[in-house]
Amino acid sequence: MTLIAPLATAPIPAEDDRASPYVDLSPAMTPVQALAESNRCLFCYDAPCIKACPTGIDIPAFIRSIATGNLKGAATTILSENIMGGTCGRVCPTETLCEQSCVRNRAEDRPVAIGRLQRHATDRLIDGEPAHPFPRAAATGKRVAVVGAGPAGLSCAHRLATLGHEVTVFEAKAKSGGLNEYGLAPYKMADDFAQREVAFILGVGGISVEHGRKLGADLSLDSLRADFDAVFLGVGLGSNNRLGIPGEERAGVEDATAFIERVRQAPPGQPPAVGRSVVVIGGGNTAIDAAIQAKRLGAEDVTLVYRRGRAQMGATAWEQELAQTEGVVIKTFAAPSVIGETDITFERTRLTDGKLSGTGETFTLQADMVLKAVGQKLSADALDGLQITGGKIAIDEAYRTTLSKVWAGGDCVATGEDLTVQSVQDGKLAALAIHSHLTA
Amino acid sequence: MADLSSTIAGIRSPNPFWLASAPPTDKAYNVVRAFKAGWGGVVWKTLGEDPPVVNVSSRYGAHLDTDRRMIGFNNIELISDRPLAVNLQEIIEVKRDFPDRAMVVSLMARIEEEAWAGLARRIAETGAADGLELNLGCPHGMCERGMGSAIGQVPEMVEQVTRWVKNAVNLPVIVKLTPNITNILWSAEAAKRGGADAVSLINTVNSIVAVDLDAMAPTPVVDGKGSHGGYCGPAVKPIALNMVAEIARNPDTHGLPVSGIGGITTWRDAAEFLALGATNVQVCTAAMTYGFKIVEDMIGGLSNWMDEKGYRTLDELSGRAVRNVVNWNDLNMNFSTKAVIDPALCIDCGRCHIVCEDTSHQAIRIDAGEGRRVFTVVNEECVGCNLCSHVCPVPDCITMVPEQTDLPYVTWPNDARNPMRVPEAAE
Repeated sequence: MTLIAPLATAPIPAEDDRASPYVDLSPAMTPVQALAESNRCLFCYDAPCIKACPTGIDIPAFIRSIATGNLKGAATTILSENIMGGTCGRVCPTETLCEQSCVRNRAEDRPVAIGRLQRHATDRLIDGEPAHPFPRAAATGKRVAVVGAGPAGLSCAHRLATLGHEVTVFEAKAKSGGLNEYGLAPYKMADDFAQREVAFILGVGGISVEHGRKLGADLSLDSLRADFDAVFLGVGLGSNNRLGIPGEERAGVEDATAFIERVRQAPPGQPPAVGRSVVVIGGGNTAIDAAIQAKRLGAEDVTLVYRRGRAQMGATAWEQELAQTEGVVIKTFAAPSVIGETDITFERTRLTDGKLSGTGETFTLQADMVLKAVGQKLSADALDGLQITGGKIAIDEAYRTTLSKVWAGGDCVATGEDLTVQSVQDGKLAALAIHSHLTA
Repeated sequence: MADLSSTIAGIRSPNPFWLASAPPTDKAYNVVRAFKAGWGGVVWKTLGEDPPVVNVSSRYGAHLDTDRRMIGFNNIELISDRPLAVNLQEIIEVKRDFPDRAMVVSLMARIEEEAWAGLARRIAETGAADGLELNLGCPHGMCERGMGSAIGQVPEMVEQVTRWVKNAVNLPVIVKLTPNITNILWSAEAAKRGGADAVSLINTVNSIVAVDLDAMAPTPVVDGKGSHGGYCGPAVKPIALNMVAEIARNPDTHGLPVSGIGGITTWRDAAEFLALGATNVQVCTAAMTYGFKIVEDMIGGLSNWMDEKGYRTLDELSGRAVRNVVNWNDLNMNFSTKAVIDPALCIDCGRCHIVCEDTSHQAIRIDAGEGRRVFTVVNEECVGCNLCSHVCPVPDCITMVPEQTDLPYVTWPNDARNPMRVPEAAE
């Protein structure tokens, strides 16, 4: 087991401090803000924002419903395409999706705040409506197994349930939600939103979740295929890439995903300790989330180091700026070469014709804590019989794997970017494919 | 700099912006604030015979856009509910303090000569009134007592009342007309026959402005019930402009001074009323929406625009558009204009396309561009209806460009396509 305690720990800020990682980064809109912002939407024809949304939400329609005071209708429009519209309104990189294509950018350089409006609408329904908005079709008598209660699995399960099937979800962890619960920064998912959303989704009925059930442990693909009419795999990416450099086993060196999970699962008022000097390695949103959390938990110096340039980072420009606003220093074109007892050494790099190489020049940063965010990969154990291509489960255009009766979606397949919204879309489309198969 | 001083029916004011007879001109406190803010004149809220009327609680209703912008406004308030003597004393004091501003007093009475003449004399005796405005248009409450629009809707009564007042006092008389009629010319002509020095229009439009869907009653709701009221604000401006123009271009009323009223909110609105023949304008809803300060931009904007266009006085501007207001039958059937979309300004919203496609002539084509759609007008299908240019959110992105043709000006009565055309006599 990795020693996760940092070498030196920083004082922890109070729970209700604005700087706490548990405080909402972008608070819910007030009704007045939503009124003003919804009226900025032009109700475009065949709107570019719809095409930019991986789940194809009819964005102008839901925003118009907000403007006319039909908040329930707005939420239903969103959730009918994306049952995790509440999470996506909070965590989607809207600046590279719907809001990037908003036509308001062209003349005004300021898009309609689609993400925040989506949260405004869905919050009202998730928190305020006693009845689930989507009824279930007549029972089909078919049973489907879903492996993984993350965005892809729950999206798939919900859609199958509405179509009249009985669904059993098998989840290894103690809570449902997947990365929504364990992998997203708490300031994006404040007030236990992941669990509230799960409760809402399960409110449709017909879905049972069995926790502590893991493929390869007490579950096998063969038995699921034998016991159910169809199987959906939404297992995500289970393992982290390693740096492969000396010192990686040192105390205070940890995977960023594990750190985020510890921050998310910490009991109220008892957040984990962080180092005074923290170095985060990586350029994706996980690296940004980990760096900001470390800063908000009291680290004096947080440096995010990426081996390529700002333009090549997986994190959007908005995320990068957010980190800098929070006090994170971003260094680029440097790759870690060795982790010392209290520090970490990097070699500067250069990009020549798309090829990255070391320059021989090095620098060293103090590092009580090193957080590794250099990508995740599929845990291929227990996926016997499935074809794996490019590190992902191979599927056809209907989400069908190479094994009969088995479909897959989410981060464990290669349909798009590894985003919550893409996983929700995968789960939805796979459910429709499974439904076609079961009712053919 | 343009001279904005204004004279209508002999009544002078430093600018053409008056506050209409309404709540903003109900008492000295408000009117003093208005004059300090720069308004050129007021029409004091309508006076009646004592005892004063009693108003109900809950008086205004609103027609709002989804972003709460005021489209229209209505009210069920009656005339001044303060004693006549109090109003008259305040009128004297305000006029004394602001002698350069127009002080016109609105009045309303039963359809009896002595009622109108007596009230008019009481006002004239103050020596403070520059003129009178006869309220013959209030479409709610007072009309149920035989006053307001109950008089204004009958041309013979309009003429009679005007004559009674003209005979009683030696003051300019402006007759305020109701739009709740079939033909505005009938009442305008009647006012002129009665001796009116000017007409003002429009009074409010009879309306139910909204329904409270919880109370299931029209707004404003008075203890669970509502009544029709007088509609005003930006939404009524087009109705008012047409009626002003009708009077200006009608031979029998041409030259009768008009004080334009109806949804005037900006200097541009005012310029449009003036262009259609109004001599000055009266404002109420805009002040009730934003306060009196809006007059600053009305004055400044009108002045700057007149300078830009070379109009030195209001007289040079007034009526300039009247000769271009014609009947449909006088329009040129050979004129053709086509929409042109500027791709550099287009923001890719697609609204022009969908409204043309769904509701008009299928004349806007979509092509794939580089990362965006390109919208192009199909000239063969475009009838020049303007719809796309109106719904486009970007100013000047869609312009209407007249086609160059060598065809003569041909009106429908003379158009060869007209089956009812009377052939010209053979030579």
